[in-house]
Amino acid sequence: MTVKKANTSSINRRTALLGMGASAGALASAGVLPGTMGFAQAQSSAPIKIGFQKHATGIGAAYGRWYGATTDAAVKRINDMGGINGRPVEIVTEDDGTDPGRGAEVLEKFANQHGCDIAFGTLFSHVVIGSAPRAAELKLPYFVVSEGHHVASGMLNRYTLQPGITDVKSQVISMAPFVAQNLGKKVTMIYPDFAFGHDHRDFFSEAIEAQGGEVVAKIAIPPTETSFTRYFPSIPRETEVIYHVMVGPAVLTFVKEMGEFFGPNRPELFGFIDSLEAVDIQSSGLEFLEGTYFWEGMPRHAQADQSAYDKTYRAAVGVDDRGASLADGADVSTFAHMFGCWETLNIIKKGMESAGYQGPHDRAKLIEAVEAMTDMPESEDHPQGAKRFNGKTHQTFGKQFISQVTDGKLVCVHTASIEDGLYEDEVDYTTQSF
Amino acid sequence: MTAHGKSWVLHGGVLALLFALFFVLPTYHSGQLSRIMVLAIYAMGFNILFGYTGLLSLGHAMFFAAGMYGFGLTVNLAGFPMPVAFLFAILVAAALALVAGGLALRTAGVSFMIVTLMFAQAAYLVVLYFGEYTRGDEGFVVAREGRMIAGIDLSTDAGRYFCAWVLFGVCFLALAKLIKLPFGKRLIAIRENEERARMLGYDTSRYKLMAFVTSGAVSGMAGATYGLLFGYVGASFAAVPYSIFPLLWVLLGGAGTTIGPLIGVFFMFYLIDISSGYTNAYMLIAGLVLVLLTLFAPQGLAGSLRQKVMPWLP
Repeated sequence: MTVKKANTSSINRRTALLGMGASAGALASAGVLPGTMGFAQAQSSAPIKIGFQKHATGIGAAYGRWYGATTDAAVKRINDMGGINGRPVEIVTEDDGTDPGRGAEVLEKFANQHGCDIAFGTLFSHVVIGSAPRAAELKLPYFVVSEGHHVASGMLNRYTLQPGITDVKSQVISMAPFVAQNLGKKVTMIYPDFAFGHDHRDFFSEAIEAQGGEVVAKIAIPPTETSFTRYFPSIPRETEVIYHVMVGPAVLTFVKEMGEFFGPNRPELFGFIDSLEAVDIQSSGLEFLEGTYFWEGMPRHAQADQSAYDKTYRAAVGVDDRGASLADGADVSTFAHMFGCWETLNIIKKGMESAGYQGPHDRAKLIEAVEAMTDMPESEDHPQGAKRFNGKTHQTFGKQFISQVTDGKLVCVHTASIEDGLYEDEVDYTTQSF
Repeated sequence: MTAHGKSWVLHGGVLALLFALFFVLPTYHSGQLSRIMVLAIYAMGFNILFGYTGLLSLGHAMFFAAGMYGFGLTVNLAGFPMPVAFLFAILVAAALALVAGGLALRTAGVSFMIVTLMFAQAAYLVVLYFGEYTRGDEGFVVAREGRMIAGIDLSTDAGRYFCAWVLFGVCFLALAKLIKLPFGKRLIAIRENEERARMLGYDTSRYKLMAFVTSGAVSGMAGATYGLLFGYVGASFAAVPYSIFPLLWVLLGGAGTTIGPLIGVFFMFYLIDISSGYTNAYMLIAGLVLVLLTLFAPQGLAGSLRQKVMPWLP
């Protein structure tokens, strides 16, 4: 009887409990129960946490400070517009000391201690490369603003993306036509003898040859060097253009000594503004640069045809028409690079909205949403100019600017198109699993 | 209980505690503890030379980097299986230590410090010079297949932690045993009074070179382990700060104690980790704490314990 009763009963205590549990679960998931609705509400209005890996100390500190200011301005604008998916954005900042070991630790902190949704903001290549393996292991989307070729080269992984700034390979190859057509075809390269300099050496040598030019000398300067006079006699007499990409505190000495060596009879000079980011172009000792040319990621000095987007961006970040802080005119920004933080954050917002991002379980969807992006028009989201993102290589492409120092001002004389900087894909990250 | 017994209880207890901590600590802290154990291996290697032999090297980053690059390059470029690459890395560090030690030990005192520093700087520049292979200052990512052993993925939280624990445990127990052996006692004799040790008939030059090579090999093993577990090899690990760090860790924890390196790394790591949450001047805080410890606990934390309450501490 007992067995029969048990078998015939359609509802016993266990099934009732199971049913109640299932119903409660269903109601909870639908947000019907009052208590659950409160949780759902709290969850939906909880901030989206973005871990900002900041070079607050170490060799990258000047960049880190301005990357921070740009990030704060971009996040304020995003929050003023209603946040992402109706949720406010919160920046969690950790100093990586511009050190790859510490960089990896910081990513662990973002993922496992602060509960960040993603990580963002790294500039220096060695910190990116040191951190990227941990980003993949932590399954933490890692949006870098580095301009290194390491992302598009295939060295990294599916969790690492660079959608807001072009890479050095694209920058260099888009400069070669202008150099060959306007400055000269016989080029001597002077570069620091480490990876950044080697990238310039290799990419530019190939690009200038494609333009019918040649590199007549490659002068590598050891990173510990503090005086450069002894290197200048190695510059061949036939040199028409000197291509220089020195960086670090010895740059001012480099320029001063080069001026003393050549005097008024110098060849054309073409450099990358990386050398003089956060340095006033009118600084004493830099007079020799008058009339020379620089690559700029975004023109530091407001141009005659300044766009409304550029104007809005400068005002938001707190930078004047000369690229210096509105609060202190002597505090010159890293203007040619820091726009990457602004644009990357807007891409993250768009990606999260497109993916319907709710939390860390949607990280893969976010990456797929960003990978699906292609053309991004010039706008307040992209004040530097239009971009074309390659989802396979996780790298964006954009305009490049060449400015000439004229009366102490960087005046844009050429704008390279997106097409000028395109190159063959070297990887397809979309084939990698999450 | 005898001092010997207490010593083994301490070492066993520390290893048991580290084992158990993986299961109770939050993920972030267990991850950091795996890093601390790897760096403690480096500090133990340094301690063999500095703490037990009395030789202050300012160039140990070259051995850490030799192990790291010896591992990473052979995995990525030569396709060595992980265990082979790992052993090769230790051999590379030991060979470098044999050469560097053979020359540096012709000097003493301040000259020895400067010569080791110069060797390390030369090694750092060699890494940059061969940028075509080493990727210079940028470094490179270790191939995923080089981070597997017998089907175990060492890039997972558990794989990384227990690999670090095993290697740390081997070094920790081996060091505890080493200092009880006649070889270890002779090193301590050299530290205390080299003239007297020589007068007693010991070939101190040979023992110092052996200590140098052992120290370099253990430091190299730490470098290889770092590359293996964290997947990155870079020139910053060959730079001057990584020669200074083990000195600070050992001084802080207690030079010439087996437990000191672990304590020193742990203390320094969390001092920076926590203070960096409050200020960008966290290295200033670290410096102040070091000054205070040097003033009030010149023997380091474990050294002070040995001096005051645990005289049996090895």
